[in-house]
Amino acid sequence: MADPSGSETLPIRTSTDVVQVRQAVRRAVTQLGFSLVDQTKMVTAASELARNTLEYGGGGTVRLETLQEGARRGLRLTFEDQGPGIPDVERALTDGYTTGSGMGLGLGGARRLVNEFAVTSEVGVGTRVVIARWK
Amino acid sequence: MAQNGAGRFADVLAKHEAQILEDWVADQRRAGGGRSLGRLSEAQMREEAAEFLRLLRQAVQQQAAAGAGGETDTDGPGWDAVREFLAGLSRSRARQGFSPTETAAFVFSLKQALFAHLAREAGGDADVLFAEVWQATTLLDQLGLYTTTVFQKSREEVIARQQEELMELSTPVVKLWDGILAVPLIGTLDSARTQVVMESLLQAIVDTGSAIAIIDITGVPTVDTLVSQHLLKTVAAARLMGAECIISGIRPQIAQTIVHLGVDLSQVSTKASLADAFLLALQKTGRGITRGAGAGVTSGAGPAA
Amino acid sequence: MERIPILKMGEFLLVTIQVDMHDRLALQLQDDLTNRISQTGAKGVLIDISALDIVDSFIGRMLANISLMSRVLDAATVVVGMQPAVAITLVELGLTLPGIRTALNVEKGMELLRAYAAGVASGGGDGGANVGADGEGADGGPVR
Repeated sequence: MADPSGSETLPIRTSTDVVQVRQAVRRAVTQLGFSLVDQTKMVTAASELARNTLEYGGGGTVRLETLQEGARRGLRLTFEDQGPGIPDVERALTDGYTTGSGMGLGLGGARRLVNEFAVTSEVGVGTRVVIARWK
Repeated sequence: MAQNGAGRFADVLAKHEAQILEDWVADQRRAGGGRSLGRLSEAQMREEAAEFLRLLRQAVQQQAAAGAGGETDTDGPGWDAVREFLAGLSRSRARQGFSPTETAAFVFSLKQALFAHLAREAGGDADVLFAEVWQATTLLDQLGLYTTTVFQKSREEVIARQQEELMELSTPVVKLWDGILAVPLIGTLDSARTQVVMESLLQAIVDTGSAIAIIDITGVPTVDTLVSQHLLKTVAAARLMGAECIISGIRPQIAQTIVHLGVDLSQVSTKASLADAFLLALQKTGRGITRGAGAGVTSGAGPAA
Repeated sequence: MERIPILKMGEFLLVTIQVDMHDRLALQLQDDLTNRISQTGAKGVLIDISALDIVDSFIGRMLANISLMSRVLDAATVVVGMQPAVAITLVELGLTLPGIRTALNVEKGMELLRAYAAGVASGGGDGGANVGADGEGADGGPVR
C-alpha cells in the first residue's frame, strides 16, 4: 500500500507478481502525468527488471518512489534481490548477453528506456538495480 | 534611540515621498540617457515609480506598526503587493525587450535618492545613518533581485511556449493519397524534435490506416549520427506497426555523411526526391500514374521508376 | 487454467490478446497455437495485439517464436495493430523483430495472409506490409 511519502514496496515472487509490478508502475506514471510513450517506456523497463529479479535473483522486491525536483516530477524504482549476483556488470549490460532464457536485452535494454540507471551487485549477496524516469 | 530602523525608514518615506519621487525620476532619466526612455515614456516611468514608492511605503509602515525591526523579509505576506507590482513590471519589461539589468536598475536606482534623504534626516549621526542605509539597501537588493528572478522566469516561459509552438508548426503530417502519408522535415533536427515527429507520424499512420509513410528530408541541412539513428528508429517502429517508410530528399552531402558515419540504410527504401518516393509508394500500393486525356491516376501497372 | 482463445476462420487462425499476459500464459499460447496449426493445417495465423499496452522482450520473443514455428509448419504469421508507443519502446529496447510480418489492422492482416496463401505475395521481402488496398491491381512493375 502507498504510504504518505509516496513510496510503495511490492514483492516479486511469481510471474503474476511481474504483472502486478507492471500495473502498479502504470498507475504511478499515469498519476504523474507522463506522456503515453514515456509511460510505456517506464512500464516496459519495469517489466524487464522485475523478470530479471525473478529469474536471475530468485525473487525479491521493488520499491516505487515518486520524485519531485523543482517543477520536475519523476518515478524511481529500486529492484532488490538476494540472489547469486552478477559477476561482471559491464558485460551484463551489453546486448545479447544472457545466462537465462531471455533475449539478453533485459538490463541493457531497460537502461535505454530510462533517464537514470544504476546497478550494484555482489556475488553471493545480491543485486540492486535503481532506475528513474522524469516527466 | 526613540525609534527602531524600520520606523525611521517608514517616516522618511512618508514624509518625503513626493521629493524622493522627483529625485528618483530625475536619476532614472539621467541614467537612461535617452536610451531606455525611447521605449518607455516619461509619464509611464513616473507612474510606475510613484506606484512602487507608494506600495513600498505601505509595506514598510505596516512592518513598523507591527513592531518588527531589524531583518526585513520581502518574502513575507506584508510584501505581497510590492512583489506583485514588481512581477508585473518585470514581465512587461521582458516583453518590451529590456535587459534584466535595466529591469533591476529600476529598483536599484531608487537608492541614491532614498539614501540622500536618509542622510539628511540622520543629521550627521553616522551610526544611525549606517543602520538605516544598511536596512534600506538590503531591502532594495532583495526586491531588485526579485525582478531578475521574475524576468528570467517569464523569458523561460516565452521560450518554452515558442518551442512548443515551433514543434507543432514544424511537423505537419500530410496525406498524399489514400494510404500514403508524408512528413516534410525542415530545419535542424534535434532529439526532442525528432521524437515529436516520430510520434506524430506513427500516430497518423494508425489514425489514417496508411501503410506507407514518406519522410522527406530535403529541408534538413545536416544529418548526424543521432538524427540518422532517430530516422532508422522511426522506420523500425513503423514497420513493427505494419507500415513502410520511404526516406526521400537525401542530398549528396548527406548521402556522403551517412556513408562516412557508417549508418546502415540498406533496409530502408530511399529516393532522391519526394516525387520519386511518391511514385514508389503508388507502385507499392498497386497504382501508377499515366498521362492521358482524362485519367490522372489509374489503378494498375505504372511506368517503372 | 486460463487460456487465450484461438479462433479458426477458414484456413486461418485468429488470436486477439486482450489481457496483460504473465509469462506462463504467453508460453501456453505458444504451445496451443503450434498444436492448433498442426491439427488444422492452417495456412496462416493472425495475432491482434492492438489491445496490448506494452510488449516487453519476453512477449516479443514469444511473437518471434510463434512466427518461426508456424513457418516450419508451413503457415504464415502476421502480427497486427501494434500501438505507436509500444513500437517506439520496442525499438528503443533494441527489439526490431525482423522475422515478424506486420500489418496495421486485422483487415490488412487478413489481406496479407490471403495473399501469402494464394502464393502471390512478394518473395524476397522480410515482412514489410507491401500489399496494397486493392490487391487485384498489384501486378506492379519492379519495386526497387
